[in-house]
Amino acid sequence: MNLLFELPPLPTLRDTMLIVPELMLTLFACAALVVDIALPRGKKSLTAWFCLVGIGFVALALVQQYTLNADKLPVDAFYQMARIDGLSLVFRGIFLLAAALSIVLSVKYLDVENEQRGEYYALILFATTGMMFMAIGSDLISIYIGLELMALTVYVLVGYLKRNERSNEAAMKYFFMGIFSSAVLLYGMSILYGVTGRTNLGQISEAIAGYTQNGQLQGEGDPRMMLILALVLIGAGLLFKIAAVPFHMWAPDAYEGAPTSVTAFMSVGPKAAAYVLLARVLLFGLGPLRDMEGLPGWSIMLGVVAALTMTVGNIGAVTQENIKRMLAYSSIAQAGYIMLGVLAGTQMGYRGVVFHLVIYTLMNTGAFTVIISLHRKGIIGEKVDDLNGLFAKAPGVAVMMLVFMLSLAGIPTTAGFIGKYFLFGSLIQSGKPWMVYLAVIAVVNTAISFYYYARFIRAMFLNPLKEEAPLTLSQPMRVTMAVSAVLVMLFGIYPQPLIKVADLAAKSISTVYAQASGIASN
Amino acid sequence: MTFEQILFILFAGIVVGGAASVLLQRNPLYSAFSLITTFVGLACLYVTLKAQFLGVVQIVVYAGAIMMLFVFVIMLLNIRDEDTAVDPNRFLVYLTIPLGAILLGALLYVVTKVNLAQPTGDEGGTVERIGTNLLTKYLLPFEATSVLILMAVVGALHLAKREKE
Repeated sequence: MNLLFELPPLPTLRDTMLIVPELMLTLFACAALVVDIALPRGKKSLTAWFCLVGIGFVALALVQQYTLNADKLPVDAFYQMARIDGLSLVFRGIFLLAAALSIVLSVKYLDVENEQRGEYYALILFATTGMMFMAIGSDLISIYIGLELMALTVYVLVGYLKRNERSNEAAMKYFFMGIFSSAVLLYGMSILYGVTGRTNLGQISEAIAGYTQNGQLQGEGDPRMMLILALVLIGAGLLFKIAAVPFHMWAPDAYEGAPTSVTAFMSVGPKAAAYVLLARVLLFGLGPLRDMEGLPGWSIMLGVVAALTMTVGNIGAVTQENIKRMLAYSSIAQAGYIMLGVLAGTQMGYRGVVFHLVIYTLMNTGAFTVIISLHRKGIIGEKVDDLNGLFAKAPGVAVMMLVFMLSLAGIPTTAGFIGKYFLFGSLIQSGKPWMVYLAVIAVVNTAISFYYYARFIRAMFLNPLKEEAPLTLSQPMRVTMAVSAVLVMLFGIYPQPLIKVADLAAKSISTVYAQASGIASN
Repeated sequence: MTFEQILFILFAGIVVGGAASVLLQRNPLYSAFSLITTFVGLACLYVTLKAQFLGVVQIVVYAGAIMMLFVFVIMLLNIRDEDTAVDPNRFLVYLTIPLGAILLGALLYVVTKVNLAQPTGDEGGTVERIGTNLLTKYLLPFEATSVLILMAVVGALHLAKREKE
């Protein structure tokens, strides 16, 4: 054929091999839909176990990918649309963990709601595929598609209980706020493209760094104002997904109205995915905008947002009576703590981000498992009072909940403490006065959070039993809950293995970021 | 003023006028029709920017298919007057004016201060070019989009399916 222009080199098998985990997950999601049709009514929950097996295989593929590429990371694929590095490897692992845990705890919940259907599990896998595309994306376009794949799926999952008014309302609210934030994000991205003429994050970073040399602006005009505008819009879009203050309004409503199993998934998976995007865009793409002379960089903006997020989240949680709303505010506060690690900009900070996200995934889904077990036929079981006397009824469950709560609060000997130690410590280590103040705010906030985490503990251990109806717990739920609790304790006492994993991701950020700021300062 | 500039001002006027009309119409149906004007104006702008294919797609997909759906939904919902009443929180309405003005001011200020990146080469938005790019450089997002659409179909089916009691 006679082409008017030169044909670019075609993608090779090597490119395809690098996205095998994503391909596998997509195939398993499609297969789950078929399996669901093949299964007779009443046996639909088998789809869940099929999906779990799928996640297991994908996890193996991920490990295989790491062992094959360990010494040549980072690897770019598909014309630099995707990048396999420590960050994307570790985060994809976190997503798979979140998806697996949520599937285990969904089975019983959907049985109680009488909504056992295969689509549910297929949708969870689709959402996870979207998150994995977000983690490997290193181009604004591929990142955005991944984000929408995840977001659209979660909108549907929030409204999954069609006959439940609260679920419908939550889905509508979340959907409208969500598409609005996507539009804002896209607007920011289009401005960024307009200024730099690039969509690849690495090239954007180079272009931005090229505007200034030795602190002097190159060429005519000052593009930095426009870049700040793009930064603010992109930041607003991403912070919405994280549910950071002041973009958190949707979270308590959506968390409360969504099916509890979906709330558990939303509070860990998509949140971690939004964090990987924030890290990619801010550190890989907009790294040179961290601090600018005479203009506000993103470090100071993120600092204000982090302080607000922690404070509003914790104070909001104190007055809640509904457990799901309380955990929604608690997860807002936790998002604020995790932001501190991105801010500090050191190896220790990034390590804290990854470490805390892994632990947060374990302890938050653990806590939601307990809440799901309180939900029985005819009993909603979402008030703090519903926990009353849990220790008398189910001592094992109560003790595990105790572990999760202590870890969320960050009590020493639990892994939550180690995560917070890295996050807060990295701020103090940075030595900048305002970061030290921020660390002080964080510590004060942790103290506030003891109050509402302790309310759970008091209700379970001290208050008298309210009703005798047995908990809805399946054997797999018990096992995953116990494993999560043991891991939370284990990593609190012996965190080295997890630190090693976290450092794999942290190193990939700090090397790229050092390069980017190296260009900027020359 | 060159011929190109005159065309740009003409089409940009159609786009902005259409967009303003979308907001100002009381009847949602007229708003939808105004949106078509905006889309046609945008399509013309694309053509002047040598993105012929994008211009045609804009007409076929947006002005044709998507607007048709909009109009269908509006007519099916049969919106009555009381549904379009202004929100009782009127102060919010007035709050949007200064906030919008600030945003507009900031945008204008920034745009006048900045040199935008120059278009790279004279490649043109031909079908050939776009097709080649979609299946090479943008293959990954292109395929990811197909997963997205599949998921959207599954989700929409679940939400819209009639329950057997």
